[in-house]
Amino acid sequence: MTGDALAIAWRTVSLAALATLVMLPPGIALAWILARRQFPGRAMLETLVSLPLVMPPVATGLMLLWVFGRRGPLGGPLSQLGIDVMFTWRAVVLAGAVMGLPLLVRAARAGFEQVDRRYEEIAGTLGASPRRVFLTISLPLAKRGVLAGALLGFSRALGEFGATIMVAGALPSTRTIAVAIYSYTETGQAAAATTMLAISATIAFGALLLSNRLASSA
Amino acid sequence: MLAALSLTACGRAPDPDPGPGVLIVSAASSLTTVIEPLVQAFERDTGIAVELNLAASSILASQVLAGAPVDVFISADHIQMDRVAAAGLLRPATRTVLLSNQLVVVAPLEPPVLPATSPDVLASFERIAIADPVAVPAGVYTRAYLESVGLWRRLEDNLVPTRSVRAALVTVESGAVDAGLVYRTDALSSNKVTQVYAVPVADGPEIVYPVAVTAASADPAASERLLAYLSGAGASASFESAGFIMPKERR
Repeated sequence: MTGDALAIAWRTVSLAALATLVMLPPGIALAWILARRQFPGRAMLETLVSLPLVMPPVATGLMLLWVFGRRGPLGGPLSQLGIDVMFTWRAVVLAGAVMGLPLLVRAARAGFEQVDRRYEEIAGTLGASPRRVFLTISLPLAKRGVLAGALLGFSRALGEFGATIMVAGALPSTRTIAVAIYSYTETGQAAAATTMLAISATIAFGALLLSNRLASSA
Repeated sequence: MLAALSLTACGRAPDPDPGPGVLIVSAASSLTTVIEPLVQAFERDTGIAVELNLAASSILASQVLAGAPVDVFISADHIQMDRVAAAGLLRPATRTVLLSNQLVVVAPLEPPVLPATSPDVLASFERIAIADPVAVPAGVYTRAYLESVGLWRRLEDNLVPTRSVRAALVTVESGAVDAGLVYRTDALSSNKVTQVYAVPVADGPEIVYPVAVTAASADPAASERLLAYLSGAGASASFESAGFIMPKERR
């Protein structure tokens, strides 16, 4: 039982970390675009990115199911390539990344908006390419926002339930802490649920402690 | 994102995918405690590996409809099984009814309530916990039954809908309500409630767990072996001791 619980905890943390890595590149790009660029459809893009934040997670899960299922527009071709998403660890990462992305984009965008545009403009007039301006000026100055966003996204992925159980199922090989607690309470296994609860609280406590320390030292 | 997902370089997968040769069985979560040991025994006896996917039947059906690699589907009602059947994703000949259940009225141990002989006993309770009568199968069954015996209107203001039939049981256990309507299996699993009245199977709605092998099953022969095992005498004894009722005729 305890070995089981530890395996579930390790799986949850490592896949949430992987989900954070996956959401960082698109998340930072979206945050920068929304903070710095005016273009038609901007409001549309902004709304689209925030959608998983307000939709019921199960609904997001259902959409992922349609897209990434073996009968879906992306899941079909991927399956042909030998990459199955549904019912594998990839589905856990996918659900966590999609659900965490809006939080990352919001915080990172606020970070980019606080960067003084003059620094970017001066670097530009001194001949730095837009890419170099982004990498050496914008990103380092927006570091706190990006970091805070990454931690928020990680936390969201850590506790993700609704979308995860849809696309990843509740198989022994994909079960995360949240899914395990649901299964245990639904079947009246109070002791097992309590063990998972304690582990979950410990991880959350550690993550919050770390994020507070990062926030004060950044 | 897809590229990153497919990259194995970004970290070793903590768990291998359920590969070929592993049967994936999607079963209604209300079966968890009874089906887990049965599946383990099946694995021991046959050497066939099985992974159980346990969740609400509506979720399980949606997964099969999206093309999840499921071999066997055990649903808590015909509605969800029919959704999958209508899409042509079952092997129709393999579909049978595995189990039946029964609605019972339970009450907290204190104050003591005497067993009753008629559902009219419900009118003597002030607050009655039931499963959500719109979304949850147990709640839908409860409403259908109360309507059929003409009690729904009379009791409507006394009913306390809860998230699931398990939640209804826990509410009764806590003494927050005077009674509750739950499955017979739930009543038997708890030593903090007493059974007041059992709805006769003939009077109540048909509460069944249908089972079938999916059309996409990679190993239909092994899947059918599992179905035969779950319908066999040994498994039936386990199901019965958990409070399930064996259907007289399987269809």
